[in-house]
Amino acid sequence: MLDLQNLCFEVNSDGSEKEIIKDINLSVDENRFVVITGPNGGGKSTMAKLIAGIETPTSGKIIFEGQDITSMSITDRARLGIGFAFQQPVRFKGLQVIDLLRIAAGKRISLAEACNYLAEVGLCAADYVKREINASLSGGELKRIEIATVLARKPKLAIFDEPEAGIDLWSFQNLIRIFEKMRSEINGSSIIIISHQERILRIADDIIVLKNGAVDRSGPAGDILPAIMGTESAAVACGKGEV
Amino acid sequence: MKVLKEIDETQRRIFEEVAELHEIPVGAYNLRANGESIGRNSTAEIEIKSKTEGSGLEIYVKPGTKNQSVHIPVVISESGLKETVLNDFFIGEDCDILIVAGCGIDNCGTANSQHDGIHRFFVGKNSKVKYVEKHYGSGDGSGKRILNPGTEVYMEEGSTMEMEMTQIKGVDSTERKTTAALKKDAHLVVRERLMTHGVQYAVSDYHVTLDEDGSSADIVSRGVARDNSYQKLDLSITGNAVCSGHTECDSIIMDEGRILAIPSLEANCIDAMLVHEAAIGKIAGEQLVKLMTLGLTEQEAEEQIINGFLK
Repeated sequence: MLDLQNLCFEVNSDGSEKEIIKDINLSVDENRFVVITGPNGGGKSTMAKLIAGIETPTSGKIIFEGQDITSMSITDRARLGIGFAFQQPVRFKGLQVIDLLRIAAGKRISLAEACNYLAEVGLCAADYVKREINASLSGGELKRIEIATVLARKPKLAIFDEPEAGIDLWSFQNLIRIFEKMRSEINGSSIIIISHQERILRIADDIIVLKNGAVDRSGPAGDILPAIMGTESAAVACGKGEV
Repeated sequence: MKVLKEIDETQRRIFEEVAELHEIPVGAYNLRANGESIGRNSTAEIEIKSKTEGSGLEIYVKPGTKNQSVHIPVVISESGLKETVLNDFFIGEDCDILIVAGCGIDNCGTANSQHDGIHRFFVGKNSKVKYVEKHYGSGDGSGKRILNPGTEVYMEEGSTMEMEMTQIKGVDSTERKTTAALKKDAHLVVRERLMTHGVQYAVSDYHVTLDEDGSSADIVSRGVARDNSYQKLDLSITGNAVCSGHTECDSIIMDEGRILAIPSLEANCIDAMLVHEAAIGKIAGEQLVKLMTLGLTEQEAEEQIINGFLK
């Protein structure tokens, strides 16, 4: 479904080129739940943004369902079926949750349909569907709405950038349930999650460990997880405040 | 729309734009087109009559009138017409009414068209008023479409007034001046939506005085200045008693648009609680990116963000 070929991404920092992604080659097949983990600063979020088109690679190719999408815009990639959930969801003054879900679905879905998506992410729909996506929503609520927008798009490839970041432990438990459900209902699509939470890694079919911008190791979760348990790549939620 | 005198398609369209009128409104109304009344209706509770001196109306709402409405839209479709109208609303005690005003100018000619409308509201004790005012301009003539609304609100004890003021399109120049004076336990809520484009110029000036204990005002203005347009927003609250006041001025600038926001608060009582918030900025890049990941083009994303912001 997705192939990254010799993917490189450099930024200019203080007059010198810095390599963030170094010659990455990766494949993600259909019906796979893939978790990308690794230490902070290893290039995980950058890779997710390269796939969604938010960043443009310095060199290399991104192939999605046999099509070279390397120079395609964010919009065109979204229309091809790539969905992206932000690490820090964006707020919109005036736009309501229903508006965002309708944009995501690409049609004027009914209130009942919108409520279904919200129920999927554990939000009491009646309370939220007409809420403005502004500062009155908590981090956990925003995160769940963000996930609901990706569900409403029904993408072939859904990418979640650190879905657990900035949410409390209670919301985290719900989040795990959402991803477990997504894993069990996967059908012809694939999911990539950027995370270093052990609970999320345990749902994965495949795990990719990114370190210093390169693939440190990758393979079936059963092979990789034992080797990284207890490291920075597989953290356990501590139960104190944010995970 | 069936009216007492003939109206043309343009006038019909503008009545729909400014007052959402598709037919003769229920209740009391006065429809004004090109400087004259083309239809009027008073009810048992709401009387509309012309002023004996000058141009304008006197509208009397009997005490205890509930769930009734007054529509007084104005249309100018004659290029070069300039008018000043003073409308006075005398609202009795214990009323609950809706007032829909609004003015639309269609100018296809070369001369400037201008409507200066002054509305004075005398809101009786414990009455509730919702006031909706929409301004709109159309027509491709070089003559300007000018609207200068003045609004004065005098609120008696325990009264509530909610004002929705919208100007989204087509008005070349506007200077809006709104003043309000509130007595004990009176509450004023204002929601203003303003979008300017081209080389339009808009000034909106609010001055609210909270004169007695328990009074409150909440004024929120959202504006979008596109192209080379200019907006000046002057929101001011004076607290003279135990009161609470909040103003919020939230603006998006695009292209070469410019906005000046001048918040001012004056507390003349130790128990006056006054707050002002103001923010001006362009559309955040991350908002555009988020909507693009949902399949919108950059331009579509921009429109969605603005439509939501001004909703």
